This record gives sequence, C-alpha cells and structure tokens, in this order.
Amino acid sequence: MNYVIIIISAIFVNNIVLAKFLGICPFIGVSNKVETAIGMTGAVTFVMVIATIVTYLLQYYILIPFGIAFMQTITFILVIAALVQMVELILKKVSPALYQALGIFLPLITTNCAILGVAILTIQNDYNLIESVVFSVANAIGFGMALLIFSGIREQLELVDVPESMRGVPIAFIIAGLLAMAFMGFTGVV
Amino acid sequence: MNQWKNFNKGFFRENAVFVLFLGLCPTLGVTTSVINGIGMGLATTFVLLMSNIVVTLAKSFIPDKVRIPSFIVIIASFVTVVELLMQAYLPGLFNELGLFIPLIVVNCLVLGRAEAFASKNTFTSSVFDALGMGFGFTMALFFLGGVREILGSGSFLGFKFISGDGILLFILAPGAFIALGYLIMIMNKINKKTA
Repeated sequence: MNYVIIIISAIFVNNIVLAKFLGICPFIGVSNKVETAIGMTGAVTFVMVIATIVTYLLQYYILIPFGIAFMQTITFILVIAALVQMVELILKKVSPALYQALGIFLPLITTNCAILGVAILTIQNDYNLIESVVFSVANAIGFGMALLIFSGIREQLELVDVPESMRGVPIAFIIAGLLAMAFMGFTGVV
Repeated sequence: MNQWKNFNKGFFRENAVFVLFLGLCPTLGVTTSVINGIGMGLATTFVLLMSNIVVTLAKSFIPDKVRIPSFIVIIASFVTVVELLMQAYLPGLFNELGLFIPLIVVNCLVLGRAEAFASKNTFTSSVFDALGMGFGFTMALFFLGGVREILGSGSFLGFKFISGDGILLFILAPGAFIALGYLIMIMNKINKKTA
C-alpha cells in the first residue's frame, strides 16, 4: 500500500517537473518534438534509477558510518557524472541501437537537476532501498509523462499564430503553467 | 571600459534567466517571495564568483580531458561551503530554500560560465563576468519573486498592503510558470527595442 502511495504521489500530486520544478531545462529544451522527448525520457529513467540506488548505498554504507555526511553534495554529483560516462560507454558497446537513440541526451543529463534532486530527496524522505527504487521509477515516469504531454502540445503550437514577442519560450512557459494547473487537480488524492 | 562590458552584459543582453534560459529550476522553485529570490540569487552569485576565480587561476594546471569533472568538484566544494554557512547563520532561509541549495551544483549557469568564460579569460575579466552574471540572475529572481509576492500574497518584502489573501495561484506552481512566461515576453520586447 505504501508503494502505491509513493507512486501516485510522485507521478501526479508532486509531479517532479510541474510541482517541484526539477528538470526544467530539458523540459523546455528538448520538448519541441515528441520523438526527442521519448529519447530524453528513456535516458533520464535509466540514469535516475541507477543513480538513486548507487547514491543510496553510498550514503548509508560509506558517508554516514565514516561521519562525512557533509560531503553529500560533492559525492553525489561525482557519482552521477561518473555514472553518465559509464552508461554511455557500456551502451555504446552493448547496444549500439539504444546508444544511437539516447546518445546525444546522455551528456546533458549530468546537469539535469532532476537526477540529483531525486537522489537527495530519497535520503531526505528516509526511504529504504526498495522504496527508493520505487520512488525513482515513479519520478522518472512522472518526468516522462509531463515531457510527452508538453511536447505533444508544443508540436501543435507550431501551427498557431502567436504574437511575435510571445513566440518560442514565453508561450511554452504559459502552456506549462496551464499544465501545472491541470495537475493541481490531483491535490488531495493521496 | 572593456570590463564594464563584461559586467553589464549579464543584466540585459545575456541575462541568464530571461535570454539564455539557464538556471530555471531554482528560478521557478524559490521565488515565492522576494527575500527568497534575493537569498538564492546571492548564494548563486557567491558560488559563481568563487568558482570562476578558482577555475581561472587553475586553468593551466587542469588537463583538458578532465576539465568538466574538475569544474564540477570546484563548484560542489563552494556549494557545500554555502550550505554549511547558511545552515549556521541563516537557518530560516536555509529551510525555505531547502533542496535548491545543493542543487546550485547543477545550475547550468555556474558550470556554463566556468566552461565558456573563466577557463578562457583573464582573472579580472572572470571576476567581472561572474559578478555581472550573478547580479543579473539575482535581478531576474528579484523581479519574478516581486511579481509573485505582490500578486500572490499582497505584500512586498513581507510588508502587507492589502487585507486578506492575494491570488493564491501565483504562490503555487502554475503561477511561477505563467509569471515567468510574461516576464520573458516583456524582456523580448525591451531587447528588441534597444537592439
């Protein structure tokens, strides 16, 4: 039951993009086309789940026992940067097709605040290992869903006659605002 | 003269938030009030300044291949410094900003300036660049925080000037997106006129 609450809360009520404001850069940057949005979602899901597991183990088996929890930020970001590099290398070797699809998005992920944000939130929420995995998967789904809906709307938006100074990013933000308003309807579900 | 240019470009021509669209997550996340916006802006400015200084001084020692991880370590160190200082001396602000303080590390603005400017330019230019970019970022947060606080809770810097509540929407998530969208639009208009 607990897991269901974590999943629904992470996907709908506290959506990582629309309610927590994490991962806005890719949300605005790569949401022009549905296709790129799918690629980005795949890469983010991959790295987010692995990064959450690794940082969880590091926090509880190295940082806390040795009393160096203040090194959290430095450790986590290094782990994420290393992971991204590693995932890139492994994918290139093991599955060139997947690498082709995700390739260009992987370097961008190091500076995606959603990854570091979820890793830190997992620690702050005192989840155990299984809950952390569930939490990170749910957040990745939430990110993907927001990105897909948004890119679908933006593809349609290209056909619309928008006032000149509103074109591009400003109108995208207003659409995101409306989308966030729609997601507010889920408040109180959990 | 040249340094003045490095300094003032961060405000309008290359404003991090309104023109380059960098560092949007903290911009939207913390600007429920003016004071939070300024706090976040100054914390980011400090990290930006210190990391620009260290990067520009160390640029000849850092091998080209590992420069990005090295920059990230430098930035993360200063973020930890800010985190600890804020926790000790400004616990109220620390709690309000919460998650977004460690997330200064992944603010694309900081890494972007280290990579694109400080690793290629002299010490003085890097300092002015960091200050200009940082204050430009703070200005953007100030405006967005101002709009959201005035409309959302009918106050400015904590002084209430209406009785009752404001438009609650602007304090919540959707208001952040919509307010920023309109601010970018206004900025587009201004930049087009002066260009």
